[in-house]
Amino acid sequence: MSKTTDALLEGTGRFFDDRLRVARPTRAFLRKIFPDHWSFLLGEIALYSFIILLLTGTFLTFFFQPSMTEVVYHGAYTPLRGVRMSEAYASTLNISFDVRGGLLMRQIHHWAALLFVAAIMVHMLRIFFTGAYRKPREFNWLIGITIFTFAIFEGLFGYSLPDDLLSGTGLKITQGVLQSIPIVGTYGSFFLFGGEFPGHLIIPRLYIIHVLLIPALLLALISAHLFLMFHQKHTQFPGKGRTNANVIGAPMYPYFMIKTGAFFLFIFAVLALLSTFAQINPIWLFGPYNPSGITAGSQPDFYMGALEGALRIMPPWEWNVFGHTLAFNVFIPALVPLGIIFGGGALWPFLEQWITGDRREHHVLDRPRNAATRTGIGMAAVTFYGVLWLEGANDIIAHQLQIPLFTLTWIARFAVILGPIIAYWVTKRICLGLQRKDAHLLEHGVETGIIRQLPTGEYVELTRPVDEDMRAVLEYNRVGAPQLTGPPTDADGVPSPGARSPLGRTRTRLDRVITEGIPVEADGHGNGHGDGHGNGHAAPAAVTAGEQEGGRPAGPGPDQGGADGGDTAAH
Amino acid sequence: MQGSGEQFPPGDGAEELPEPRAPHRVIGTPPPARARTLLEAPPQEERQPAERWLPAEPSNRDQAKRAERVVAALFILSMLASIGFIAAYIGLEVGSVGATATSNLWLGLSMSVAFGALAVGAVIWVRYLMPNVDLTEARKPLASSRQERAEFEETFTEGAEASGFVKRPLVRRTLIAATIPLAVAPIVLLRDLGPAPGTSLRHTVWRRGMRLLVFGPNTPLRPADFAIPGQMITVVPDGYEDNQDALAKATTIILKFAPGQLKPPTVMNWTVDGIVAYSKICTHVGCPVALYEQTTHHILCPCHQSTFDAARGAKVIFGPAARPLPQLPLTTDAAGFLVAASDYHEPVGPSFWERG
Repeated sequence: MSKTTDALLEGTGRFFDDRLRVARPTRAFLRKIFPDHWSFLLGEIALYSFIILLLTGTFLTFFFQPSMTEVVYHGAYTPLRGVRMSEAYASTLNISFDVRGGLLMRQIHHWAALLFVAAIMVHMLRIFFTGAYRKPREFNWLIGITIFTFAIFEGLFGYSLPDDLLSGTGLKITQGVLQSIPIVGTYGSFFLFGGEFPGHLIIPRLYIIHVLLIPALLLALISAHLFLMFHQKHTQFPGKGRTNANVIGAPMYPYFMIKTGAFFLFIFAVLALLSTFAQINPIWLFGPYNPSGITAGSQPDFYMGALEGALRIMPPWEWNVFGHTLAFNVFIPALVPLGIIFGGGALWPFLEQWITGDRREHHVLDRPRNAATRTGIGMAAVTFYGVLWLEGANDIIAHQLQIPLFTLTWIARFAVILGPIIAYWVTKRICLGLQRKDAHLLEHGVETGIIRQLPTGEYVELTRPVDEDMRAVLEYNRVGAPQLTGPPTDADGVPSPGARSPLGRTRTRLDRVITEGIPVEADGHGNGHGDGHGNGHAAPAAVTAGEQEGGRPAGPGPDQGGADGGDTAAH
Repeated sequence: MQGSGEQFPPGDGAEELPEPRAPHRVIGTPPPARARTLLEAPPQEERQPAERWLPAEPSNRDQAKRAERVVAALFILSMLASIGFIAAYIGLEVGSVGATATSNLWLGLSMSVAFGALAVGAVIWVRYLMPNVDLTEARKPLASSRQERAEFEETFTEGAEASGFVKRPLVRRTLIAATIPLAVAPIVLLRDLGPAPGTSLRHTVWRRGMRLLVFGPNTPLRPADFAIPGQMITVVPDGYEDNQDALAKATTIILKFAPGQLKPPTVMNWTVDGIVAYSKICTHVGCPVALYEQTTHHILCPCHQSTFDAARGAKVIFGPAARPLPQLPLTTDAAGFLVAASDYHEPVGPSFWERG
């Protein structure tokens, strides 16, 4: 560095430190270690999509008029000249055809919105399947689910703003669903729309919710999400030297900083490229909203597909009781399927903790195969959501595959229930099979392809032990090895009274299901150490948080070795 | 420190040593890091430089040399693309579909290259110009120690006692009593977001004698103008053809049937010469039911595929809708045009709690 640069940096540094005393915390920040894995980038995709949404969205607000006042269009798009339309629609046409770069910004905004939600979904799946939501990260899991919920509403409201035929139809469906909710639905709809649909208030109202209220909430939640991730440090996958008591990777400065900056630019580049060549939401083709008009084969943005599918497969159940209408055919599909996924997702970490009694901190991730039941449940949820999502496009699928529409709907009605069950079972079998394969590798080593004839005339294939890196990965947190399993017992192995109650018995039974796995034989022949006994670097040293309040006392047995060795060491 | 009113010389953050910074006392060989320090600390005691954390050179120098040129080339490409973006903004006008397409292509392409080249360059920089490191940071248990918790508890209890919140129930209870209406107030404030529904969802603007106008051209219709069985057209109430709030409920479809095709529960008195009128607003969630299949007389809602049999009072054949489309009573006026005989006899559109 040159003398002037030095002086400049020194001056700047002193200016801030004199006032803020930040040398030490900033140094710690620069040296913060970030573990590396491609799947850790999924959350970053969501974060950077959000930033791009803020940037492009701000640009759009300079030109968009959130008004339902009727105007006659005189802009650049000739086919619609002279047509009466809302100012919202006219200004969206102006952004597209009369503002330089307006179309590009609009398309980047829309693509980024899709990427934002998609990245959140995949990120959450990664968190779930690797068990990253476990203690101490339950807060961040709940914040994430809240962000996901807001993101969907944010997308729906933004999509409704241009007041084109498609978005108006989407808004009408939203209104119909809201109106169906028992007791409060009609009032809710009248309060949201300022009267009957469509009225003149809904677009200005959705606009302020879309550009201020939800973005502010998202910004706050995302900040909290990042702060907690930073404070609790990132999780890492099992590997040589990686334990519950350390974090291995590259430092924030300069490595992570440049890499993540490059990733932001890369996402921006991909979104710009998509927006250059892949047209999205060409509202000028749909025309202004008119309550009498609709097009066949219209589709919402992808994240609304599951709701749409749920509405489509629901049988026509409706009750009229005591002078009131209960529209099960609308509010059940609107609330229940996503309620199961979001509510179930929010409860799962606590349910799992209660069932297994595992209240340790977890900083090393599970390989999905090693948590067969959890992975099975996750795949069941994915299948449930996937069937609903596909059914949201049933008209298009029926048309493309030449299947009668009603047949397809009936298939979906069964598939939405049977599919998750089959997915659970198949996934669990696959996971257990993979565990068996890993156990085989650990016990017998890697096949070399070399055949040797023994003096007795017998042929055997030589194997070599798995190397250190692989052993660390394969051995980590194998069910049957370093898990806290079995029902809660006292020192003599007698089950506690709580464990004998119906609830306790259910818990024990669920525990047996949840911890089902292929054990690695403790004295595995071939390679010696099997389950990490005395195998310091590979053994998961659990860091416990003070007391294990309510935690089940570690039962006697050979199972405890790996995990609890570290446990006691931490005290 | 504040209380003493002592003024520290600028550039000195240390509390213990309010001495001017210069000159440095140098004992022994000054550490190499000293010359490059960003935040010159006061010479409290001679700091031994920490062991190097990061190597200064990449492991493969030849590769680094090649990578350096590639990175520089990519950064220059990004620079040119950014200049191209500005040029495309200035040089390419919009204002027609073709011009917008051209502008979008060049703006988007240059933007993609500008970002993309910078991104790829930066990744190569990290990969090949920086030394590979794998560093370990210790992870402490997240929970506080027992002592820290105990200290917190003491502090909290002391504060609670000092505040008297526990031992003065009058204050406590009246405070709680005060917050409840305060929390309700903002909810009450939202009351004027919209009017109460009243019975507005039960009616449309259709009245006895109101003409049916063909949607689009907005012309009235005589039964003879609509004589071919198998047709379906959308009609709107005369005088409301541009009123979106009215149309959201009142939009109607009329269908023509050959004699004998219409079956119960269609109300025959409400038809004119085999012309029957149904609400176009789906009874599921309110999309316009726009698709009609002549041969089967099925009306299909494109949103969620609720299917209604037009020849049988629009009863539900398939899909999530629970109720038939309401039928609009038709008749003709003195001039022979199709008119409504009354409003719909039941609420149109999706279900709601008060519908009954």
